[in-house]
Amino acid sequence: MLRLALAAARATAFASRATGRGGGTTLPGRVLTALAPDAPRRLAGRLPRGCVLVSATNGKTTTCGLLAEVLRGRVQLARNSAGANLASGIASALAVREAASAELGLFECDEAALPGLADQLAPGAIALGNLFRDQLDRYGELELVAARWRELVARLEPSTTLVVAADDPLTASIAEGHPSLVHYGIDDPSVALAAAPHASDTRFCVRCGHAYDYRAVYVGHLSDYACPHCGNARAPLDLAARAINLRGLDGTAFDLCRGDEHVRVELALPGLYNVENALAAAALAVVLGEPLKVIAEGLGRFRGAFGRFQRLRVGSSDLVLLLIKNPAGANEVLRILPPGDATLLFALNDRIADGRDVSWVWDVDWELVAPRLRHVVTAGTRAADAALRLKYAGVDASAIEVVPDVARALDRVADLAAGGTGYVLPTYTAMLELQGVAASRGLARPYWEEAAA
Amino acid sequence: MKLVLCQLYPEHLSIYADRGNVQVIRRRLEWRGLELEERPLRVGESLDPDAADLYLVGGGQDRDQMLVAEDLQRHRRALHTAVAGGAAVLAVCGGYQLAGHRYIGQDGSEMPGIGLLDLETRAGGTRLIGDIVCECDLGDGAGARTLVGFENHAGQTVLGAGCEPLARVISGHGNDGSSGYEGARAGSVLGTYVHGPLLPKNPWLADWLIERALERRYRHVELAPLDDRLELAAAGAAAQRRNA
Repeated sequence: MLRLALAAARATAFASRATGRGGGTTLPGRVLTALAPDAPRRLAGRLPRGCVLVSATNGKTTTCGLLAEVLRGRVQLARNSAGANLASGIASALAVREAASAELGLFECDEAALPGLADQLAPGAIALGNLFRDQLDRYGELELVAARWRELVARLEPSTTLVVAADDPLTASIAEGHPSLVHYGIDDPSVALAAAPHASDTRFCVRCGHAYDYRAVYVGHLSDYACPHCGNARAPLDLAARAINLRGLDGTAFDLCRGDEHVRVELALPGLYNVENALAAAALAVVLGEPLKVIAEGLGRFRGAFGRFQRLRVGSSDLVLLLIKNPAGANEVLRILPPGDATLLFALNDRIADGRDVSWVWDVDWELVAPRLRHVVTAGTRAADAALRLKYAGVDASAIEVVPDVARALDRVADLAAGGTGYVLPTYTAMLELQGVAASRGLARPYWEEAAA
Repeated sequence: MKLVLCQLYPEHLSIYADRGNVQVIRRRLEWRGLELEERPLRVGESLDPDAADLYLVGGGQDRDQMLVAEDLQRHRRALHTAVAGGAAVLAVCGGYQLAGHRYIGQDGSEMPGIGLLDLETRAGGTRLIGDIVCECDLGDGAGARTLVGFENHAGQTVLGAGCEPLARVISGHGNDGSSGYEGARAGSVLGTYVHGPLLPKNPWLADWLIERALERRYRHVELAPLDDRLELAAAGAAAQRRNA
């Protein structure tokens, strides 16, 4: 039955691409599991080095991309690289012909889907990353995800290594007590924020509810924290980033430190949040037995996950595309915009994958960049809401144009950038639309090819 | 003129971008040359019932809401005094539930509210989630206006005789998914499940709250009109999507 199910799934993938209906990133998996429900478990069991899972609110795709680059030419991978991170996406990745010769499965998992996937795939390691507020209408509150992760950790095999974002008090508390832990985190107060931003989600001690004291706040609530009341504090770091040099959109350099050993990493990705992603990838690579030097080289080769950070030339303007999905991630994107006047396209969709509730845009600190925004175009299914948010952030209403159609908005922002640089900030499905527009004009490859590259 | 705004427990009760409501109040005062003074109340602090003109209470994650519910009980009398003295209140989502008499959990456990609104809430089996469009008449002579937003709540709220519904549901769930009503109002105290946040796309409601709040100290207040074309376009788009 498995063989038949595989054949059907592969035929579906082929048909889906041939008819131009999409990348075949989820449908083959649905066909596979409809015909053979235990196929993902059995296929994962055939991988000689097992599976590694990555989950977090922000950074899953980038973390997997970074790790894949580290392992390039060293370990043959099966991956769900187009960001299809529910059960169907991972089943699809296991079904494709190339997966039959893979040694290791590397899968990013939706936070809510992680427990079920971990039960099925019996991973050798799981990266538990940051937990931020995200798409509440879909998941219920952050605590619900945390509760499901806790239940997962309690039933895990002791041999499964957990790679843990030590900077996140909630994630760290979830993993606490598991016998095999690797803690990673940032250890450089010189790049800390002056204060915890508004979008902080875990400000109060996960044990006793008292407000945390911070030695340094890095991204949202990701921090070097300690509770003055009960003593709950960040765990000692097994893998740390020190001597961080943030060079805006040009990238980031840091020392990757493990015990007495350290190596310089030259990351092509902007922002401190990508240092968190690089650390997660590095920690998994360490668990997989890769030496620090190989890890640093691999991290340095990575040029950005699909749609997260990308440059497009439209007309005579350079457009920098940066994905935003939730307050914490969006605030980090705003932090890396270079100083000076800026032209911006904010494309806000409210489809299922974006979250139907767009109230989160009010928790993003647009106020910090509003005085510098000379021209703003808003697009997407919620273009009017995006315009309203920026008006109340302090952008003059006369500088805001509402152009719901994403393709036309892209042209408009390129016009307004007038041969200079424009910044394009789309939500997830708006990013997919933009990729579609770019691909149809020959500016970029279709997303399933981009992701496989 | 100056409006003193007291947001209750801003760090705990702000899950659905309740900050957006504060930002709307701030800007709409600023654009008219009026001043805003913020006096947030945090856990353990004391509350002067004479200080603020407007109170905002938002919603929180379950855990955070439980943390503040107990502290809020200490201010029950002060908040009733403030309302009797003419202060306006906007309570959204979890704040709406806390403004009532009690919240009864799935297991029968009770979390007491402060009884500013004559209502109680029971945990329901399914979450009521989605865009919501209502019709709202505040009895101020402006007639029925369209109120739009997003709702996401498991609680089902039933009103007593001491308050009236804030709005009639055109599409969406409202208080309990069956009554056809959304929110509650008693004088200048408003409670609602509508967020998104509430005020940006309902600027007339923001101005109504600002007027009621300012009238506490300045008697009759009439606000200068603002250019609300973007606001009304966004509200219109939201109402149309729902009807489509």
